[in-house]
Amino acid sequence: MSEDDLQQATLELALRLGDDALVLGQRLSEWVSNAPYLEEDIACANVALDFIGRARMYYGYAAELAADGRCEDDFAYLRSEREFHNYLILELPRGDFAFTQVRQLLVDLYNSGFLAQLCRSRDATLAAIAAKAMKETRYHLRRSREWVVRLGDGTEESKRRTQQALEELWGYTHELFEPDTLEQQLAQAGIGVDTRMLKAHWQQELEALAREAGLHLPQNDWAVRGGRTGYHTENLGHLLMELQSIHRAYPGCQW
Amino acid sequence: MQGDANDRELEHSFLRRIGEEQKIEPKDWMPEAYRQSLLRQISQHAHSEVIGMQPEGNYLTRAPSLRRKAVLLAKVQDEAGHGLYLYSAAETLGTPRSEMIAALQSGAAKYASIFNYPAQTWGDVGAIGWLVDGAAIVNQVSLQRTSYGPYARGMVRICKEESFHQRQGYEIMLMLAQGSAAQRRMAQDSLNRFYWPALMMFGPTDSASAHSARAMQWKIKRETNDELRQKFIDQTVPQIEFLGLQHPDPEICWNAERNHYDHGEIDWDEFYAVINGNGHCNRQRLAHHIRAHRAGAWVRDAVAAHQQKLAQRTAAAT
Repeated sequence: MSEDDLQQATLELALRLGDDALVLGQRLSEWVSNAPYLEEDIACANVALDFIGRARMYYGYAAELAADGRCEDDFAYLRSEREFHNYLILELPRGDFAFTQVRQLLVDLYNSGFLAQLCRSRDATLAAIAAKAMKETRYHLRRSREWVVRLGDGTEESKRRTQQALEELWGYTHELFEPDTLEQQLAQAGIGVDTRMLKAHWQQELEALAREAGLHLPQNDWAVRGGRTGYHTENLGHLLMELQSIHRAYPGCQW
Repeated sequence: MQGDANDRELEHSFLRRIGEEQKIEPKDWMPEAYRQSLLRQISQHAHSEVIGMQPEGNYLTRAPSLRRKAVLLAKVQDEAGHGLYLYSAAETLGTPRSEMIAALQSGAAKYASIFNYPAQTWGDVGAIGWLVDGAAIVNQVSLQRTSYGPYARGMVRICKEESFHQRQGYEIMLMLAQGSAAQRRMAQDSLNRFYWPALMMFGPTDSASAHSARAMQWKIKRETNDELRQKFIDQTVPQIEFLGLQHPDPEICWNAERNHYDHGEIDWDEFYAVINGNGHCNRQRLAHHIRAHRAGAWVRDAVAAHQQKLAQRTAAAT
């Protein structure tokens, strides 16, 4: 790839990672004032804040690469669902507390592998963002791990809900480990991450954790894909409609 | 008789300590009515922080820029944290959090009536931070000197965070006031709707306030409702001027003799109407709290069951 092509591809990657962070941060923020404990209102807000902060860093870098006058808010607020390239698992409605924590576990575990690699990117900005995000993800993972064990081990009901969440989310995990051409090229160029390499460890960690929590990983092999190409579930449109409503109602304003 | 003499002596010593500005601590003797009065005030304050998460929480998913979203998340997270400190301070008086939450949900305990007003526009998020948190700070600064130690110390920390909240609210208003015509209209409209309810946050006038006199004597309260309200009125005038907005009170006027602003009459009928259940959000706020609490019951049960299992496993292993 030429340097120009690489820069264009890096911009696209920064947007994808920004979309991932924004959409999950948005979902997590929905828990505020709805959590089972006041302590969890605080924790969910805190983790949501980390993801919103991450989105701002990725979008900020995308704006720098685009160098066409667009800023972080243009990416977050003025693109439609076909232009968002987040993974599908992140846009699913928050569900119950088990669904939210199981999703976090699957994603935190993925992120911890992904960010550890991205820290070594030869793109200094991406590496710096990853280094900061890695610290947060370590804490996120500790939290989601503990919750899934607690809920898996707790009561009959909590175990049933947690197992069910795992079943409902499983088919959306496959695309996390299926990089497209752009992502593969960036990995080869030492900028991005070849996520195929992350799957074995992810699966292994998850199996150990499922044993500890008294859960089992789903065997059935359904898979839904499309986030990275903008082929989304119906949920994203509603999420964006809410997220973007005020910004779009007053075009061109500063806030 | 011996007991009575003892109680009199304890009460005498309690009042002497209050007089000497010593803090009363959880294990100290205190009159039962002092304990009850504190419990009522601190738990009401805690409930207000928690219910207060709803009107602003309602904008977390819609904040019009990423920076605003991040700041608002941090702010609402603080409010939940304040609820926690205050529930903890109230627990030092011997009542568990679960009982206080049950009292909130049954309607036996109150929260600040201001949160029964709807946050309709983004401007309201600014007005709430600026005026509602601003009024709360005036009250809370005074409470840093309250006679009960845990409450006073909690207030010191809360005041620091609240002043950040007020600044974020004022900054929202400033951006709107300097923005487009539609944004300026939004700012003026929010100011108009929240100004008077913010004044009512200090409670009824001193002559009509049920709990004021004794709370002042015990130094639970340090300044009267009317004194605090006047401070807030005075500080708000130049802030409105700086925004270039119109003051919602046409009678506002500097009085050089009093060295304070004179102001128009507060509509106390509205105050009592909202307190008594006629606000836009009274039912919604409680229903939301109850719904979230019930929906989380299975999680709390699971945590308790898990802890019990862990304890059993540890016992079996030793």
